[in-house]
Amino acid sequence: MPLLLKPFKEMTETDYAELGLKVGLEIHQQLLTEKKLFCHCPAGHYSEEYDAEILRHMRPTLSELGEYDGTALMEFKTRKEIIYQIKNETVCTYEIDDTPPFMINRQALDIALEIAMLMNYKLVSEIHIARKQYLDGSIPTGFQRTTIVGIDGWIPYKDRKIGLIQLGLEEDSCREVSDVGHTRIYRTDRLGMPLIETVTQPEMHTPQEVADVANLLRWLVRSTGKVRTGIGAARQDVNVSINGGTRIEIKGVHRIPIIPLLIYNEVLRQYSLLKIRDELHSRGITAETFQAESANVTNLLTNTSWDPIRQAIKRNEEVHCVKLKGFLGILSHPTQTGKVFSKEISDRVRVIACLTRLPNILTSETTEETIDGFTSIKIRKTVNATSRDALILVWGNKEDIKTAVQEIIIRAKEAAIGIPSETRQALADGTNGFERILPGADRMYPDTDLPPLEITESHINRLRENVPPPLWEREKKYRKLGVPEHLIIPIASSPRAILFETIIDKYKISPKWTARYLFETSKAWQRAGLPIEKLTGEVWELFFSHAAKQPALLEKGEELLEEFLQGKIFDLAQEIEQFIPPKIKESELSSIINSIIKNELPNIAVLEKKHRFVMGKVMEKCRGQLPAKTVNQFLWNLLRANGGKNE
Amino acid sequence: MSDANKGYREPALSVLKENGVQVWSDVEIQTTRGSFTGIILPRSETADAHHVVIKLRNGYNVGIAVNTIQEIKEIGRKEAHYKIPEQDFPYDPGKPNIKLLGTGGTIASRLDYRTGAVIPAFSPGELYGSVPELADYCNLKTEKLYGVFSENMGPEQWIGTAKVIGEEIKNGIHGIVIGHGTDTMHHTAAILSFMVQNSPVPIVMVGSQRSSDRPSSDAALNLIHSVKTAAESDIAEVTVCMFGPTSDQYALLHRGTRVRKMHSSYRSTFRTIGDIPIAMVNKEKITPLRSDYKRRRSDREVIINNAFEEKVSIVYYYPNMQPDIIDSLIDNGYRGIVIAGTGLGHVNKPLYPTLKRAQDKGIAVYMTVQTLWGYVQMYVYETGREMMQLGVIPTANMLPEVAYVKLGWALGQTDDLKKVKEIMLTPIAGEITEREPYNGYLIYQGGIPEVEDFLRTIKR
Repeated sequence: MPLLLKPFKEMTETDYAELGLKVGLEIHQQLLTEKKLFCHCPAGHYSEEYDAEILRHMRPTLSELGEYDGTALMEFKTRKEIIYQIKNETVCTYEIDDTPPFMINRQALDIALEIAMLMNYKLVSEIHIARKQYLDGSIPTGFQRTTIVGIDGWIPYKDRKIGLIQLGLEEDSCREVSDVGHTRIYRTDRLGMPLIETVTQPEMHTPQEVADVANLLRWLVRSTGKVRTGIGAARQDVNVSINGGTRIEIKGVHRIPIIPLLIYNEVLRQYSLLKIRDELHSRGITAETFQAESANVTNLLTNTSWDPIRQAIKRNEEVHCVKLKGFLGILSHPTQTGKVFSKEISDRVRVIACLTRLPNILTSETTEETIDGFTSIKIRKTVNATSRDALILVWGNKEDIKTAVQEIIIRAKEAAIGIPSETRQALADGTNGFERILPGADRMYPDTDLPPLEITESHINRLRENVPPPLWEREKKYRKLGVPEHLIIPIASSPRAILFETIIDKYKISPKWTARYLFETSKAWQRAGLPIEKLTGEVWELFFSHAAKQPALLEKGEELLEEFLQGKIFDLAQEIEQFIPPKIKESELSSIINSIIKNELPNIAVLEKKHRFVMGKVMEKCRGQLPAKTVNQFLWNLLRANGGKNE
Repeated sequence: MSDANKGYREPALSVLKENGVQVWSDVEIQTTRGSFTGIILPRSETADAHHVVIKLRNGYNVGIAVNTIQEIKEIGRKEAHYKIPEQDFPYDPGKPNIKLLGTGGTIASRLDYRTGAVIPAFSPGELYGSVPELADYCNLKTEKLYGVFSENMGPEQWIGTAKVIGEEIKNGIHGIVIGHGTDTMHHTAAILSFMVQNSPVPIVMVGSQRSSDRPSSDAALNLIHSVKTAAESDIAEVTVCMFGPTSDQYALLHRGTRVRKMHSSYRSTFRTIGDIPIAMVNKEKITPLRSDYKRRRSDREVIINNAFEEKVSIVYYYPNMQPDIIDSLIDNGYRGIVIAGTGLGHVNKPLYPTLKRAQDKGIAVYMTVQTLWGYVQMYVYETGREMMQLGVIPTANMLPEVAYVKLGWALGQTDDLKKVKEIMLTPIAGEITEREPYNGYLIYQGGIPEVEDFLRTIKR
């Protein structure tokens, strides 16, 4: 397969600039609230179990400005039965659309406003709840309640600003369990949880910059300590286009590190689709001259041995053949890494015609052994195909096959126009697959169930006091303070940054020590499975306030706190308060030991016995002033270095 | 208020005028919080007067406080054209003719910018545009009788609707569907059951619990089910056709005098009380659950009796009710009172004197039960026997709202209390039944293992 672009690793900023790469990010981040956004169900309780099921269908409706949305019609074509699995604990009648919304969760709104301020957004004076249509069933109402709290924000990146278009506050959707044929199943526990959507301007120049900005935004919101973390708590959508291409939304990116490869693959796909269009134009095929026809060829294939079609015929399904005039070679034209154009068609058939059993099409350009040559010739004859035409076989039940044939023709025709507006799903290998037609602004209309809500100046001013200093200011400050470089971002983006700064300011503990305890040692304890939630802000304040008076506690603290976590120390406060710092310096210790060895030590051959003797003598002199552990270690080192000789 | 500034009041109105912009202007607004670009939308009349609403380019609406506005610059205009895709409803001579009468409600509706509310709108073409499946069952004609929300339906509309039904039947219609707001659909269903007697065709009332502007609306399915019932069923009664379960599965056909709205927002809000529904309906078939319904006929012998006395009231009894409540009805010239009593049909003793007064004044007083399920039984306790002495008449298992409309209807026909009593206690349309079947009272209690088992999976 010829490579259309340089390999991923060799692409440079100039290469992307020449392609006219434009990428914007949409980041969805769940907020850390007790309850959901428009009802009083608990947020953040996930479960695989459920108590009840309900069934719904979705119908497209009018938007406020009076037109049906493209996606809406597509979803209607698919005629899906949507099944919701409901757990009583996490879902009430609101989520299943049997009760109108309650007033918006003020805690969530306040967090959104704080984050909006952190990102320099212009705040709106009155929020209006909108309904954004989702006909895929991911929300039982068929729309997501969403609102904008700010527009036109920015964050600094490198030596420039990255513009942020809007900050939305909205309810989360269902988790999909399965989607087979005409049945899609959703779990509803996540449904209705508050999340914010941050939308950036397409001002990142390379895929790596996109990942950087995604990280920056993630750290920034985490620094408030008011967002959820963990799997699925933050999800990215990446919008990609190149010169002559179309804005494509890649949804559901769970891991930031995969973003650059995803973008590369989408760039490659758009570039390839443009090449395909040019090739079609050079053959005289345009949207106007495009020709396709189809025929039922089931009876020509009743004896086929190729399993997918043989099984289909067993299930009494029909096999149809679509002829794409002049399309020879197009279907096997590469699009993404390891994928060819026919995959685009197969995806549409899978999603829109609900033919989810794969393979769902067979093209005349396959290199595999499928149906025999004789049958192929008969099929070609039936649809009057010449050697310059491409054929696609598709199979399914009577109803779905109609939609499938239609959809194949629609997608093939789109190849002569360019790149269709689509929402695509990010795949684990860094490529993407068709999810649905890209929805437009048409799918927004006002929520008539809730009144507008005023955001007053005084409320904003009150909230502004809670807003932490932005990440970038912390970064600068920490560097100046001498925080180890590798800890600057993790601390600055951590909700504990506030605690970190308090300890440094209030107790004058060195940033190095503070960072080590709060971020490194804690993490090590966490990895070791110790219950670090016991280390509350109060525990840390207790520890550091004493350490301020007894700096030696810093040396001792690791051991002390570890024992506390292990449950060996019950009264930590007492331990800390009774801690006596060593009054003898280690340099003095060595002269004490040497004097004992020289003056008091009898001739003992066994090293261990010698050690026990000296240890006893030293501790008589140093008890209460030096920990035995320190003496012990020191003595061993000394004895070993001397080879056990009395000197 | 000028139409160019729909819904805006002072001080927002002046700000718009001073800047030479109006509703539908595409504008750039400079504010103390930054600049905003979008189209000025009409303002809901119930919203405050100091915000301007704009639709941003991204489709969101936001409000901008007028005291933050520094300047508004018009850069264009874009008026919304709100139109349901309309197509001619197809005519098939082989299909029955069905009439859809509109009274209002959300069965077919669209958004109103000004109030932010849903307003009714439906022509056959609009309906076909949004629910094309209707053409599979019938040829549809529509007539908008009223455009009122459910709570504004009353005697005037009941009488008018009954009249139109009579005319439609005489003109040979095969079935009638009535679109109605759901809140008082059971009142209207009950009164039409009395006003329209001996109907040869189905009269099916329908509404929706989720407005039709939303993808999850029950409107389309309810319409399909009701139109199918009107076109194909042999159930020639006034019925209510609404969701059975909350899932998009089937509708239940409830007898007009035994149905009640039982949840403020659930789709499956309508339940037959003290009996079982007449039938289940889905897109494919109508499955009768009982056989004692009145059958479709080919004659046109309908009787319309749309008498109604408006001076009738329901009194919902509560502990410590004072006699002045009843007294005020007596003093205001009420001719009939339906009491929804506790338990088997009781009120407290302090009301006895005023009940006596009502009796002396020739006011018809009837007893129903606020438990909804079960019969009034005034012999069991002394209280009941005493009240009957005071002229309070038990109405068996008639639902309170049904007794209310029936009393209005009876008093509309005669002043003779004996005759009124005869009308009240003679079942006309199933409002009183001789027996309550064992399965007529079922309110499943969540949490019980067998109920949880039932809910676990969709019953197909």
